[in-house]
Amino acid sequence: MQDDNKRFVERDRDWHPPAYAPGYKTSVARSPSQALVSLQTSSVSELTGPDFRRLRMGPDDNDLLMNFREDPALAGTAGLPVGERIILFGRVVDQFGKPVPHTLVEMWQANAGGRYRHKKDGYLAPLDPNFGGVGRCLTDEQGWYRFRTIKPGPYPWGNGINTWRPAHIHVSVMGPSISTRLITQMYFEGDPLIPLCPIVQTIKDPEAVETMIGRLDMARSRPMDCLAYRFDLVVRGELQTYFENP
Amino acid sequence: MRQPNSQPCSELMLRETASQTAGPYVHIGLALDVAGLPERDEEIWNRMATPEAEGEHIEVIGTVIDGNGDPVRDALLEAWQADARGQYQPAFDLQNAFNSFGRTATTAEGNSEWSLTTIKPGPVARGDGKVMAPHINLAVFARGINIQLQTRLYFEDEVEANAACPVLGAIESPTRRQTLIAKREDVDGKVRYRLDIRLQGEGETVFFDF
Ligand SMILES: [Fe+3]
Repeated sequence: MQDDNKRFVERDRDWHPPAYAPGYKTSVARSPSQALVSLQTSSVSELTGPDFRRLRMGPDDNDLLMNFREDPALAGTAGLPVGERIILFGRVVDQFGKPVPHTLVEMWQANAGGRYRHKKDGYLAPLDPNFGGVGRCLTDEQGWYRFRTIKPGPYPWGNGINTWRPAHIHVSVMGPSISTRLITQMYFEGDPLIPLCPIVQTIKDPEAVETMIGRLDMARSRPMDCLAYRFDLVVRGELQTYFENP
Repeated sequence: MRQPNSQPCSELMLRETASQTAGPYVHIGLALDVAGLPERDEEIWNRMATPEAEGEHIEVIGTVIDGNGDPVRDALLEAWQADARGQYQPAFDLQNAFNSFGRTATTAEGNSEWSLTTIKPGPVARGDGKVMAPHINLAVFARGINIQLQTRLYFEDEVEANAACPVLGAIESPTRRQTLIAKREDVDGKVRYRLDIRLQGEGETVFFDF
């Protein structure tokens, strides 16, 4: 039977945010009240997942400075989005530090003013005609991924009277199976809005919050061009089971 | 071994990156058309089977309902299913007649339904020799959902296979088992299965940990 000798390290549900986190108001009516049913015997249904190596991507799919330029024929800096130019890069590894190659990493974000190019976002910051806010790429052989973008702005939202999201980039990773599927948000090191955010506060353990902080990496920044933030993603570790039950 | 933003949980192991909600604008990243963004050449979406695919062609449709009984209008769902022979096809390629993976979203307008165009999966054998009834694995992401909810869709006309399925059997409450069974509707000569996912309260869908 395919993939039967594979298992993943159990997901620590206390490390992740709980479904019901009343400080984040929308979670109240969207959280199950019954316990999750544990699948005691994992099967090929959970141990496999899609491989996107044959999904054809555009050359600028991971370059948000270029992929929504109003006029792609423009030369030089004309038609570039407004904002701090940054490189967002990192490595996808599993819990044993093993790189996860050729896996799909997707990201989306607000523009420099904190506004999303989404028909439901009505924040008064203007749209940037040259910024879409979406990227995707596959990790390389060693698990590395890389995007070029601008730093998103913080934005207000209606959770409380005066609640603001810290600057963040939504990051989605597939990993080797649907068991490793993960969507998170990357925050920027040192942002004073991080500890004030009700969505960050859905997480109890401060060390778990650390896993979501992108770190300024001067060595990977480009002089006179852009700063770099490193954000590694750790997905569930793959265990090999060599012995079956008698 | 130590990664800049990762946390060890033992000498030998790192902690998983923590999850955060996909938020209200998830479509911008994973469902561009729904966000109102122009689509790229190839997108991952809800047409998992072309007319050439082997097997019974079906549409799968449903809503997502919150604890107040109101439709969730901004949910993104991911589907993972076997082909008609009960085999998963990991190599995703839009040239394939069938892909095991698909995405869909509930709509902001009208009935707020998600839908998939696919084929009915075959039964899937598990390593212990037990056979799982035909099913589609579904993951639900949305604003207010802090980590995706994982469930399965089964088919009401697979009475015998469902009765023998070890995963359905592991759900203690027979009443709750019913929350995973999609109802068959024949619409204009086409086969459609409907499953409403209830996040909380009466008729709450069974969600799995795996
Ligand atoms: Fe956001």
